[in-house]
Amino acid sequence: MSEPTKQATNAGPAAGAAGTEPEPLLRVTDLAKHFPITKGILKRRVGAVQAVDGLSFDVRPGETLGVVGESGCGKSTMGRLVTRLLEPTGGKVEFEGRDITHLSAGRMRPMRRDVQMIFQDPFGSLNPRHTVGGIVATPFRLQGVTPDGGVKKEVQRLLELVGLNPEHYNRYPHEFSGGQRQRIGIARALALKPKLVVADEPVSALDVSIQAQVVNLLDDLQDELGLTYVIIAHDLSVIRHVSDRIAVMYLGKIVELADRDALYSSPMHPYTKALLSAVPVPDPKRRGAKSERILLKGDVPSPISPPSGCRFHTRCWKATDVCATKEPPLLEIAPGHRTACHHPENAPDQQPQDTEKVLVTPGKPAPVPAQKKGGDEGTQEQKPAK
Amino acid sequence: MSDDTHKDAATKDASAAAKDTAAKDSAGKGAAGKAEGAREFLSVRDLRIHFDTDDGLVKSVDGVSFDLKAGQTLGIVGESGSGKSVTSLGIMGLHTSDRARISGEIWLDGEELIGADKQRVRELRGQKMAMIFQDPLSALHPYYTVGAQIVEAYRVHNKADKKTARKRAVEMLDRVGIPEPARRFNDFPHQFSGGMRQRAMIAMALVNNPQLLIADEPTTALDVTVQAQILDLIRDLQKEFGSAVVMITHDLGVVAEIADRLLVMYAGRCIERGTSEQVFEHPQHPYTWGLLGSMPRIDREQTDRLVPVKGAPPSLINVPSGCAFHPRCPYADVPPDNVTRTERPELRETTGGHFSACHMTREQREKIWTEEIAPKL
Ligand SMILES: Nc1ncnc2c1ncn2[C@@H]1O[C@H](COP(=O)(O)OP(=O)(O)OP(=O)(O)O)[C@@H](O)[C@H]1O
Ligand SMILES: Nc1ncnc2c1ncn2[C@@H]1O[C@H](COP(=O)(O)OP(=O)(O)O)[C@@H](O)[C@H]1O
Ligand code: SF4
Ligand code: SF4
Ligand SMILES: [Mg+2]
Ligand SMILES: [Mg+2]
Repeated sequence: MSEPTKQATNAGPAAGAAGTEPEPLLRVTDLAKHFPITKGILKRRVGAVQAVDGLSFDVRPGETLGVVGESGCGKSTMGRLVTRLLEPTGGKVEFEGRDITHLSAGRMRPMRRDVQMIFQDPFGSLNPRHTVGGIVATPFRLQGVTPDGGVKKEVQRLLELVGLNPEHYNRYPHEFSGGQRQRIGIARALALKPKLVVADEPVSALDVSIQAQVVNLLDDLQDELGLTYVIIAHDLSVIRHVSDRIAVMYLGKIVELADRDALYSSPMHPYTKALLSAVPVPDPKRRGAKSERILLKGDVPSPISPPSGCRFHTRCWKATDVCATKEPPLLEIAPGHRTACHHPENAPDQQPQDTEKVLVTPGKPAPVPAQKKGGDEGTQEQKPAK
Repeated sequence: MSDDTHKDAATKDASAAAKDTAAKDSAGKGAAGKAEGAREFLSVRDLRIHFDTDDGLVKSVDGVSFDLKAGQTLGIVGESGSGKSVTSLGIMGLHTSDRARISGEIWLDGEELIGADKQRVRELRGQKMAMIFQDPLSALHPYYTVGAQIVEAYRVHNKADKKTARKRAVEMLDRVGIPEPARRFNDFPHQFSGGMRQRAMIAMALVNNPQLLIADEPTTALDVTVQAQILDLIRDLQKEFGSAVVMITHDLGVVAEIADRLLVMYAGRCIERGTSEQVFEHPQHPYTWGLLGSMPRIDREQTDRLVPVKGAPPSLINVPSGCAFHPRCPYADVPPDNVTRTERPELRETTGGHFSACHMTREQREKIWTEEIAPKL
């Protein structure tokens, strides 16, 4: 159970692809969630937010799957779908081989023990009127279980496990700092000894020194308890640190899925490449290295009417005609490395016959600093290294 | 709250500030502010901003000093609650509550602001100095079009007719990269995306070519690709107009991208200050070591484990005695005689222009840095 997947990954990027794929703990196929947009008192349906649109991925026992992407790309929606806090519009979610896509609340209850979620906001997710002891004991109440040795003893053990003082059992959330509150949320998630923990931005509300405490805690708990994680974050440095494999999302789709090292050393999707190049690096020697930076034009388009074909084509500097008409499938282009692009980076072109470049003309023209206009036929511009 | 201790600390710190001024610039001896002010565009001396609250006196900023020349960028870093925003609002003269107690000196281009007439500070704001905030909606009024607000900001300080002002506003929107600026001029803030609102606020802040721009977490709410666009924009505009920029952030990556000088704040005080190279490459304070060790780095080999700072930031009502960092500092017992817990360490120069507030001797720090810290970063 507690197979240290991290070591396996460190042994070499190919290790994971060496034939013996373990049975996935979680398998997601074509998962979709469309939120209806309604109008008027009759709630006439006028459209839909395609928050998540056709996700397929596996989560292997003992691993950490990281999920990154920009605001609104559907990360939280994905997390709430796989933990069944939201009802999918389409697709399938299987846990340990069992289809849980449409389980009723009652049939889902025993499942809830195995799959838990940690939320982004350590302030909003804890009831201010309940004591810490009461909060951490909630899952026992909901499930109607009494742990060995009694609830109080178990809660105190959990508090200790996450690095809190068990004496603080009777205190209230407001008496704790952000990092401590996040620990309380983690203790609650671990109460029923889950197999899978989905953590939605577990550290993004925390200061950097506290963030490191919580990252290390999640790491220790994984080793100790053999947990499997899906960790959602927008911070690419944090995601690299915690993940074994990483899924990159853009506008409701997975555009790339690969082992951590492969993703960071040779990203294949142009969006991943742009995202990585935009991360500010804490090294003043590289100041002005903006020459290596890919500046994407404009904003992420609306998920209500996403672009045709490849959803990234309105901002992609490699876009050709086919990109605007044909959606690229998520294909395994190198061992264990999937990407959805007709013209991937660091890999052979998938649509070599199609070479006609299209002009990038997004619905809203892209804002670009004035003096840079007119470069490179109006497409995305990659400045030469100096 | 005893007034005496306050005064005592103030004198001590003022002498520290004077000392470091002297060390840096022997010509600036004596009238620390004035002489400095003539050469530096912005000089802050022993700034203290305390708030009277029902729970007690909050010492949000407690003796901060720094200088900034035209064309330079100073990064102020620190965790949330360390006093960054209060400092920036203080420089802009925006603490108007009568519960705010402000002391020290702020010299802007040779003019002292704390003692200055409120009307004069209002004139300078928006004209000689401008500010951009983390949340553009707090700076943009929801009921007026983006264009009208920029026009207004321009006309407050310039005797321009409507047409000229409008032309100028469109020009600014174009300059910050808003597409179809003449059309978007008529949009309301909510019709802009987050990144565009940030650009619009920058356009408004820059419409009068301010010589000092203070940016308080301007990219914290933005996605990394948009953040890269905005940082790029600030850098280009600074180059063009030669303004002095104060960039406030909790993100060490952002600061390394843009700042040539750095000031690290902890519990309302400056604990380290120097060029970006000095502070990032050879940090001289245990808290800065902690910040760097806490941070996963995308530009380095993957490390197995982060090195967090233990504990949590202190309350600014009950700031720990002596060195405010001592309850979290792994080296608190290195300096002798418990001095770390009883005496506030002064900001002392370690190498040319690099200052640190720590009781450890330079040799002690050097040893820890080379043996314990540097290998792990
Ligand atoms: N209940 C809902 N009703 C309608 N639209 C929704 C709902 N929940 C989410 N959305 C929309 O679905 C899209 C994806 O949202 P989601 O919260 O999953 O994004 P995210 O990737 O988690 O973003 P962030 O990084 O900002 O947390 C967004 O456009 C969002 O506005
Ligand atoms: N008007 C005010 N009255 C009382 N306390 C304040 C006020 N404004 C800020 N503070 C306190 O001052 C401290 C520093 O705040 P701030 O400068 O906003 O921190 P940051 O470094 O995160 O920008 C915090 O403890 C904050 O609660
Ligand atoms: S499919 Fe085309 S538009 Fe999409 S990422 Fe690849 S090259 Fe760019
Ligand atoms: S003065 Fe003492 S407690 Fe403060 S940073 Fe230096 S060693 Fe640590
Ligand atoms: Mg989210
Ligand atoms: Mg702030």
